Amino acid sequence: MNILLELFLVFAKIGLFTIGGGYAMIPLITQEITQRNWLTLEGVIDIIAISEMTPGPFAINSATFIGIQQAGLIGGVAATMGVATPSFIIVVVVARYFTRFKDHHIVQGILSGLRPAVIGLIASSTLMIAQNAFYITGWEGWAKLLSAVDWRSIAIFALGLVGIIKLKIHPALMIIISAALGIIFFTWL
Amino acid sequence: MDTKLLKKSLKLFTVFFRIGMFTFGGGYAMIPYIEHEIVEKNKWIESEDIIDIFAVVQSLPGVIAVNSSTFVGYRVAGLLGAFAATLGVILPSYIIIAIIALFFYNFRNYPFVNEAFYGIQAGVAALMCNVVYKLSKSSIKNGFAIVLALSAFLALTIFGAPAIGVLLIAGVLGLAASTLYNVKNKEEPTK
Repeated sequence: MNILLELFLVFAKIGLFTIGGGYAMIPLITQEITQRNWLTLEGVIDIIAISEMTPGPFAINSATFIGIQQAGLIGGVAATMGVATPSFIIVVVVARYFTRFKDHHIVQGILSGLRPAVIGLIASSTLMIAQNAFYITGWEGWAKLLSAVDWRSIAIFALGLVGIIKLKIHPALMIIISAALGIIFFTWL
Repeated sequence: MDTKLLKKSLKLFTVFFRIGMFTFGGGYAMIPYIEHEIVEKNKWIESEDIIDIFAVVQSLPGVIAVNSSTFVGYRVAGLLGAFAATLGVILPSYIIIAIIALFFYNFRNYPFVNEAFYGIQAGVAALMCNVVYKLSKSSIKNGFAIVLALSAFLALTIFGAPAIGVLLIAGVLGLAASTLYNVKNKEEPTK
């Protein structure tokens, strides 16, 4: 298949099934993109970090990034249009016809199932990301659960949790602090 | 074409371009900007309508920031307005990411960048934990939701099930459960 068309279609599929904000997209992106070898899990995490530090939603940023890497600037346009098109059409139709859309009982029913499932999916991605962050030389199985773990990563993770939950620092600032801690810990400890 | 609509759409484009440039950290961070630009400065939409729009677009596929721009654009200037607002809000991140993507892999080889990204990976893991925590607190309110969330988690983690399949099944189950619940409570009139 033509790469531009493929980028458009894959990201249209991702856009169509992203419900509940950009983070809901991470499990989808991870599956669709890593299966095609367009990006590794590290690459996905890099984009999450970039998205936190730059304006704009993760969904758009990752589509642009992957599109450009696969097929240059025009590939970026194809992927970005792909991820934006399904919701554009749906939002316009809803804006036109259903002002009380959210109160409709069928929509309510579907959402009552989707919301918890999305959380489960995001939790699964979180686990994958944490595993990748804590075992920087690679996961070596349950037998080496504690011996292979990198304690510097755990320390940064713990500081990050305290920073974001207790001190409520801005995510972008937290990413910058994590980067600084990474340089300090992994260079000198 | 109606020149008034065209003018409004051009204005929408520049307003949402500015909003897109300064929206760090997702959809809700946009609300204050939209209030300022759309409600107060240009008086295109009432303040209560903005809240309703955010409530509606949350339940639609796509990104909240982009969806709400499309919706506001449509309300202000029809299809052309929707297109102008959407393009405006997306374009800044496209430009910024294009610059990063074109230079990123050179930049990845600089000294200290690898160490920085080890730190960032741990930071992103913490960020994601917080997202899961906050979402669970707001959306998991009964046993049915707990079972669904856990099943989805296990399906993906243990069995590597396709995420889209899990979402489709969850949507059907949600609809079935709420229909059964409504039938059971038929005697009591529900709004």
